[in-house]
Amino acid sequence: MAAITLKNVKKNYGSTRVVHGVDLEVDAGEFVVILGPSGCGKSTLLRMIAGLEAITEGEITIGNKVVNDLEPRERGCAMVFQNYALYPHMTVAENIGYALKVAGISKADRMARINAVADLLGLKEFLHRKPMQLSGGQRQRVAMGRAMIREPDVFLYDEPLSNLDARLRVAMRIEIRKLHQRLGTTSLFVTHDQVEAMTLADRIVVMNKGVIEQVGTPDDVYHRPASIYVAGFVGAPGLNLLQAKMDRAMGQISFNDGQTLSFDQSQCLHIPDGPVVFGFRAEQAQPVEQGGLGVTSNFQEALGPTRLLHGLVAGEEVVVSVSGDTEFQSDRAVRLMIPTKAMHFFDPVTGRRL
Amino acid sequence: MIERTPLLNLATYAVMFIGALMVFFPLWLVYVGATLTVREINTPELHLVAGSHLVENIQAAWARGHLGGRLFNSLIMSLGVAFGKVVMSALTAFGLVYFRFPGRIVVFWLIFITLMLPLEVRIVPTYAVAANALWPFQSLMDASGLSAFINSVSGVQIALEWNLLNSYTGLILPLIATATGTFLYRQFFLTVPDELLEAARMDGAGPLRFLVEFLMPLSRANMAALFTIMFLYAWNQYLWPLLATPDRAGFGTTAVVELKLLAPTVSTNGGGTPDWNVAMAGCLIVMLPPLLLVAFMQRYFVRGLIATEK
Repeated sequence: MAAITLKNVKKNYGSTRVVHGVDLEVDAGEFVVILGPSGCGKSTLLRMIAGLEAITEGEITIGNKVVNDLEPRERGCAMVFQNYALYPHMTVAENIGYALKVAGISKADRMARINAVADLLGLKEFLHRKPMQLSGGQRQRVAMGRAMIREPDVFLYDEPLSNLDARLRVAMRIEIRKLHQRLGTTSLFVTHDQVEAMTLADRIVVMNKGVIEQVGTPDDVYHRPASIYVAGFVGAPGLNLLQAKMDRAMGQISFNDGQTLSFDQSQCLHIPDGPVVFGFRAEQAQPVEQGGLGVTSNFQEALGPTRLLHGLVAGEEVVVSVSGDTEFQSDRAVRLMIPTKAMHFFDPVTGRRL
Repeated sequence: MIERTPLLNLATYAVMFIGALMVFFPLWLVYVGATLTVREINTPELHLVAGSHLVENIQAAWARGHLGGRLFNSLIMSLGVAFGKVVMSALTAFGLVYFRFPGRIVVFWLIFITLMLPLEVRIVPTYAVAANALWPFQSLMDASGLSAFINSVSGVQIALEWNLLNSYTGLILPLIATATGTFLYRQFFLTVPDELLEAARMDGAGPLRFLVEFLMPLSRANMAALFTIMFLYAWNQYLWPLLATPDRAGFGTTAVVELKLLAPTVSTNGGGTPDWNVAMAGCLIVMLPPLLLVAFMQRYFVRGLIATEK
């Protein structure tokens, strides 16, 4: 177990800047998920920690040791790759035990540890097979075993579940979380899947375009998004965002189409008057008969337990989630009541939360 | 696109059959020739049916061509060249694909250019170097005035000489460099996913370990294909062994060169009846080792050239 510290870490490929100065502290034993869209630099960040990419600027510390110039094998990290990167010419046992072989550990000791890991992962009967003869889930497990056997200080996962089918992904997600509970190894997990992030993480790091947008617990990130970007990215659907004007004295916000919505002034004392970006979660708006915000619904999706109503307010898209057994006709005006607690306000210029 | 109609199938089989016949027919003539007597082979008609003198013709060819020793020479040379080429091209391609060093592109193109310089083109300088492998250094020292300087200081005249003629080293070394093999390996190495290297690095493997424990086992099929091609290439060499082994009585030469000497000419035959039957028997013997190799390696050979093992 080891803590990881990143200080102003940057990465450039020639003149292309990929990671623009990341500061991050990961406590020993913590499970941190780095969440972001493809191309946001999250994998690059992970690979810099692993030692597979050089660091252009900044400092990475693993367990009080600056690792900038250390070879991957000297950093005490083990990595699980997206496509598993199993060694095709070796059996499962050889795959799992390869790191120990390189480290010069005797065959008897190696076999004992391979067996222990295989037991834990339910791979015992496959030890003599080649990776080609395994299913996707089994390959995933071998990749995990290969990382575990070294008893590393840090586990690095580079989107390890994205090649699995939906059902298996859920199962492996739970297994990874259980494994972490049992071993307690510091883990960094890169993904673009927010459900994975929410379910696995002690803390989530949301990245966008090479910078960290927010670091927080899954609850923080979902209920108190730090920026417009996080608000729109996290949650399915993302936070509804509308251009609005704040008038605190009147206790109401007005939208571009002239509608107004009132709120409890005492909870919004820190919000300045003037233009804001107003946001609310799809499931926190209640359909009401009168008052509230008028939405013209033009499309709906039935998901089973819930029903998503898509509509427009002042030309901007909003999505509202209602209970699945309520029937709504399309092309109908719906009125929404939004409690003050569920309101989010962002600065339209900086994009930060107000 | 694969089309299957009876007519097309028939045409395909016909073409393949004619092709096979064209390849096989000369070989059959060699075999038939090797089974005839001197008198039979010198009659004007074409013999298509085998005679009964195969064993004595083979014995005659074996004795007259010293084929025991010559075949041994050929075998050593071919194994050396094939093995050397495989190792050399694997190492070169490994360096080109996996290391970022200055001038990498230049080195790549230099190797590429050697495709245009087969042995036949550079035979004279190659011979000069083989006759004295240290000659380039000697001329460099002479040109730079170093030898003159050493001579004036110590009175010793430097004359470097290392003759590679009439040796296995001389037969093998000039043929070892291979652009073809380097490209074959390079293309294969480029198909190996990067993650494999990264996973190996995370597991602590260094470059040499990666080459020996990953790339070598993964490229087994390529290696077999390259070895087979290069063995045949070396076995069939004529010009270079002819030049590099002037000492026929001592070191001897390769079987293929000796074959030429088995062919009857006015000088070797003393004006008698040309005994082509013995020459054909010699051909048969010399053809056999590569034939066996191909038959044995064919499975790997085809896999190595058409498929990339994933």
